[in-house]
Amino acid sequence: MKNNTKLANFYLGLILVLMYLPIIIVIIYSFNSSRISSVWGGFSLKWYEELLRDKSMFDAMANSLILASSSSILAAIIGTLAAVGMPKVNLRSKGVIEYISTLPIMIPEIILGMVFLTYFSLIRLPFGMITLVIAHTSFCIPYVYMLVKARLVGIDKSLVEAAKDLGASEIRAFFDITLPLILPAILSGMLLSFAMSLDDVVISIFVTGVNTNTLPIKIYTQLKTGVTPKINALSTLMLGATLLICLLSVWIGKLGSHHREDLKMEGN
Amino acid sequence: MKRRLFECFSLAKCVAFLAVLPLFVFTFIFIIGPLVYMLVLSFLQRAEVWGVVNKFTLKNYIDIFKPIYLKTFIESFKLALTTTFLIAIIGYPFGYFMAKLDGKWKKRMMFILFIPFWTSSLIRLYGWIIIFRANGILDKLLMALNITDAPLKLLYTYPAVVVGMVYALLPFMIYSVYSSAEKLDWSLVEAARDLGASSLQAFWTISFRLTMPGLLSGVVLTFIPSMGLFFIADILGGNKVVLVGNLIQEQLMKAHNWPFAAALSVVLMILTSLMIYIYRRISNVKELEGLV
Repeated sequence: MKNNTKLANFYLGLILVLMYLPIIIVIIYSFNSSRISSVWGGFSLKWYEELLRDKSMFDAMANSLILASSSSILAAIIGTLAAVGMPKVNLRSKGVIEYISTLPIMIPEIILGMVFLTYFSLIRLPFGMITLVIAHTSFCIPYVYMLVKARLVGIDKSLVEAAKDLGASEIRAFFDITLPLILPAILSGMLLSFAMSLDDVVISIFVTGVNTNTLPIKIYTQLKTGVTPKINALSTLMLGATLLICLLSVWIGKLGSHHREDLKMEGN
Repeated sequence: MKRRLFECFSLAKCVAFLAVLPLFVFTFIFIIGPLVYMLVLSFLQRAEVWGVVNKFTLKNYIDIFKPIYLKTFIESFKLALTTTFLIAIIGYPFGYFMAKLDGKWKKRMMFILFIPFWTSSLIRLYGWIIIFRANGILDKLLMALNITDAPLKLLYTYPAVVVGMVYALLPFMIYSVYSSAEKLDWSLVEAARDLGASSLQAFWTISFRLTMPGLLSGVVLTFIPSMGLFFIADILGGNKVVLVGNLIQEQLMKAHNWPFAAALSVVLMILTSLMIYIYRRISNVKELEGLV
């Protein structure tokens, strides 16, 4: 029995090493002074320096950040409002709309990119940041919606009832009771949206304009045409950002569970 | 009718209606609209040089059955099957073993898995490029170990694409299997062992059956994207591996044959919906079996 557990742990470790291998290699090679990635030329920070001097990289990074923030904020607003309102609305079409609104994360990304490209040119929307934000918002909404919906199910309904009994209006009860309770879900939905938007290549390639580059698009074109080690440096910086987001999400998760425990105690 | 109107005038209902309105509007304009246009477009003719002619035709769908395009569909299907099969073999034990860890390690494991999952997929692909490149890390390692005496030059080959796909989609399988193995009642396995079943028998008759829904949802979650992830085939396969995704992208961006791209997308979408449908049917049956 003990041998079995050892074997299992060995397996878990092995796969994890393989999972991290490409990432660690990218980090190591970002400090490689040689231009060719198959040769190790000694430790250097010169690719980071070059990266900092490259203005187009900064533009792409700024675009990516603007895009990810606006689509995750838009998704948070639309998704949260809908998740809160949906149970109280009695429309026959609501199940269908709910299903269709989650399609963007169900169907292959390429189809989503394709339909947006053709549709935006049909309605003559100029390709660029606007089309990018619309496309990204479409696949961010389902994450927020589903997370908030799941959280709402777990909320003690009597709390809202109590607030209303004490004279709070529907809207007041929402802001004082419901919103603080679902806030962790909204935040993790936004964080997930942010990460997904920051990482998206397929859809962005289709809906971006000639002059709007996002970071993934820039990396993608470089990977296809010819790589400079600057990409390694950029990737390492992005990895740092990812790690930060992950830690933040864990922290928010903890915040949420503390909140729940607080409420339980108050309830008792 | 009058009652309906009156109902909307109750403040709470009205507020709720206003709350869901943005989602309804967004879904109508930016999801239903584009999808309907895709369907319409797939029945239109392409113009001589650029654009679309508003004439009905079935040519786009008939074209799909031309040998070159049909071959692409079959190739994609084969690659998706290979990828999914490998992912199931690698990911199932991982998710299963992970569920057996104690609580503290489960949480840590989640976090450790989270990071590669949230890392840009391009960065991870780039790592594989460095590894697979001719005279790259893998070639040097294999030659140093005397396993091969010439560089394998794995980059831009079919196996490289398979590795990239498996790598990109593995976390989906792990999460699905883990979440269903986590709910498993281990006392059932112990009971089977007490009654004289070997550990393999116990696994096969209890654990495997009960984690089947997780495995199946993992299969769906990996199979669907692997039909469309054109950029992995593009970057790791060069021009040697052409998938439905690459074909759609090529028709859209290079050949400018939008109606044909639309028809390809419609077929791909029908195939994926079919997968989801079959999965729902199967998993329902399995759940019933689990109850009995």
